[in-house]
Amino acid sequence: MPSEPVAVVGIGQTKHVAARRDVSMAGLVREAAQRALLDAELTWADIDAVVIGKAPDFFEGVMMPELYLADALGAVGKPMLRVHTAGSVGGSTALVATNLVRSRVHATVLTLAYEKQSESNAMWGLSLPIPFQQPLLAGAGGFFAPHVRAYMRRSGAPDTVGSLVAYKDRRNALLNPYAHLHEHDITLEKVQASPMLWDPIRYSETCPSSDGAVAMVLTDRAGAARSPRPPAWLHGGAMRSEPTLFAGKDAVSPKAGQDCAADVYRQAGIADPRRDIDAVEMYVPFSWYEPMWLENLGFAAEGEGWKLTEAGVTELDGDLPVNMSGGVLSTNPIGASGMIRFAEAALQVRGLAGEHQVDGARRVLGHAYGGGSQFFSMWLVGSEPPTS
Amino acid sequence: MTTEVLKAPLVVEFPFTRSLGPVQSAFLTGLREQVVLGVRTADGRTLVPPVEYDPVTADEIRDLVEVAPTGTVTTWAWNHAPRRGQPLDTPFAWVLVRLDGADTALLHALDAPGPDAVHTGMRVRIRWAAERSGAITDIACFERYDGDGDGDGDGDGGHEVADHDGQFESMVTGIVAQARLDYSYSPGRAQTAYINALAERRIVGERCPSCRKVYVPPRGACPTCGVGTAEQVQVGPGGTVTTYCIVNIKARNLDIEVPYVYAHIALDGADLALHGRIGGIPYDQVRMGLRVEPVWTEGGRYPDHYRPTGEPDADYETYKELL
Repeated sequence: MPSEPVAVVGIGQTKHVAARRDVSMAGLVREAAQRALLDAELTWADIDAVVIGKAPDFFEGVMMPELYLADALGAVGKPMLRVHTAGSVGGSTALVATNLVRSRVHATVLTLAYEKQSESNAMWGLSLPIPFQQPLLAGAGGFFAPHVRAYMRRSGAPDTVGSLVAYKDRRNALLNPYAHLHEHDITLEKVQASPMLWDPIRYSETCPSSDGAVAMVLTDRAGAARSPRPPAWLHGGAMRSEPTLFAGKDAVSPKAGQDCAADVYRQAGIADPRRDIDAVEMYVPFSWYEPMWLENLGFAAEGEGWKLTEAGVTELDGDLPVNMSGGVLSTNPIGASGMIRFAEAALQVRGLAGEHQVDGARRVLGHAYGGGSQFFSMWLVGSEPPTS
Repeated sequence: MTTEVLKAPLVVEFPFTRSLGPVQSAFLTGLREQVVLGVRTADGRTLVPPVEYDPVTADEIRDLVEVAPTGTVTTWAWNHAPRRGQPLDTPFAWVLVRLDGADTALLHALDAPGPDAVHTGMRVRIRWAAERSGAITDIACFERYDGDGDGDGDGDGGHEVADHDGQFESMVTGIVAQARLDYSYSPGRAQTAYINALAERRIVGERCPSCRKVYVPPRGACPTCGVGTAEQVQVGPGGTVTTYCIVNIKARNLDIEVPYVYAHIALDGADLALHGRIGGIPYDQVRMGLRVEPVWTEGGRYPDHYRPTGEPDADYETYKELL
């Protein structure tokens, strides 16, 4: 029996900001969930199950969000699941919810992810004083910067490519009312003049720290037929993991990422992602990850990803727009960041992305990763239902 | 040969902050003012402690009511040995108390001389803390209550809940939730051997019997093959900088002058790079392929940093698989 087609019929998010002091965590997730229900024109009673994801527990000190948030999310008396996969959690949470519909366990599922970075300290959570271990000597960006340098060496990319990505994403964010950073006076010169924090990564090429939540309503074919607005249809979804460190790991282009993308393309019948996919919303916490992921996801040959960025292909009006929402570089409630990518992909194929809508976006990839390139999750959504 | 596996305490603590939102803000500010607030649901029940969303209908609830400082124990458990951070430092009862006027029970501590003095159905009242700040600890604990009725003075034994607007002078809008976890941490057999060798200024990894890769630090198992590792292999001391970054901002709790170079170093004989600081060379002259060796300092468990050996740089082809 073929699996049930899955449709995204409701999307909601909060206006992402540095600190939401006016609401509790319950109030924050509620706001996103209510907006998703409103978009779908459904009520709490229409939801069969809830699947939630958030940042690792030490990041924000909530050990059992599924317990604390059940009443805020209308989950009392229904199945409620919590998913953990570090920074990719928003993506894998959406996929767990997707699979509940795909397998016909539930007809309509609410999925959401959040983080209030203002009430915690992710860097502290990443640097616990483990006895006998040498502390990480470099801070947040110091973990990623050597991989960026390795990419630059391997590809021969000019050192300006990172600034082009940051400049593009921050301008895209100006068109997205939910984005955290709205730098109205951004210029390429300002990006290039910003302080070098972890050479080769500049301040303006790093992501902010945000409070925010995102929610989606996923449903089956019958539910999609009742949807008041165009649904986004799942064409492929996959997750892969690998150890953070192992002999033979390619930190520039991890095998788990390549395999995950290949699985999604196989499900979706994508032969040539560069030709067959209209836009990509990918997890880029530091600007250089755009060309790195373009290669990892098969949009460019190894060593060629930066050429797409440099040629303007990934601009909002380019041939393959990347991070139309402004991306993680403009909005980063870590626990929610993966799902925001998935939601943006769905908004695009629904034609509901507003000012940052890509004309004629029919097939869009949403991508998330996390845990030192340990976890990957991706989905490909389309404006038309899958044919098989 | 067996060596004793290392073990040490690990304390993980952090002062998480929490924004309260409208309902918890009113509840905790009320406690500061010796007023206990609950919420009233659409079906007329009064929930204490209050919640923001109705557990039955999922609707938002904002109707606040004041309940009595007296109530009835609905169930309890005796705590023989109070721990740090608990409401009382002498043995006490954990109790669920349904305050007069409420339909749900609140978890707190009951000060009682012993378990024989506690029973389900007993009447209790709040003992307020002398210093109150807008926290659940503003209720110091509960104590036995022998008065009639609900303590509201009308002598009717019942309690009418009163509507409350939840507004007080200088509302409490956030709290600090200090979290602390006490672990006993052991790095295990493989890392113990690694750490003990470091004390002799030797760097010792382990080879996977299946893929033959040498892991430094060793983990006791190969993450790729999923088999245990036991064969010890001394690596280094020389190594190659495979990649690096120049750190220009001071990291928390690190007493290192910036700028400095943080590098991935593939020690000779190891199959993956470890991380270290490069010294003994201006930061802007460090490069991929630079040959380095560890510099040890008295009392340091790990090499303090790595410095150039003066050998010619390694060819990119020799370390590109270790990037």
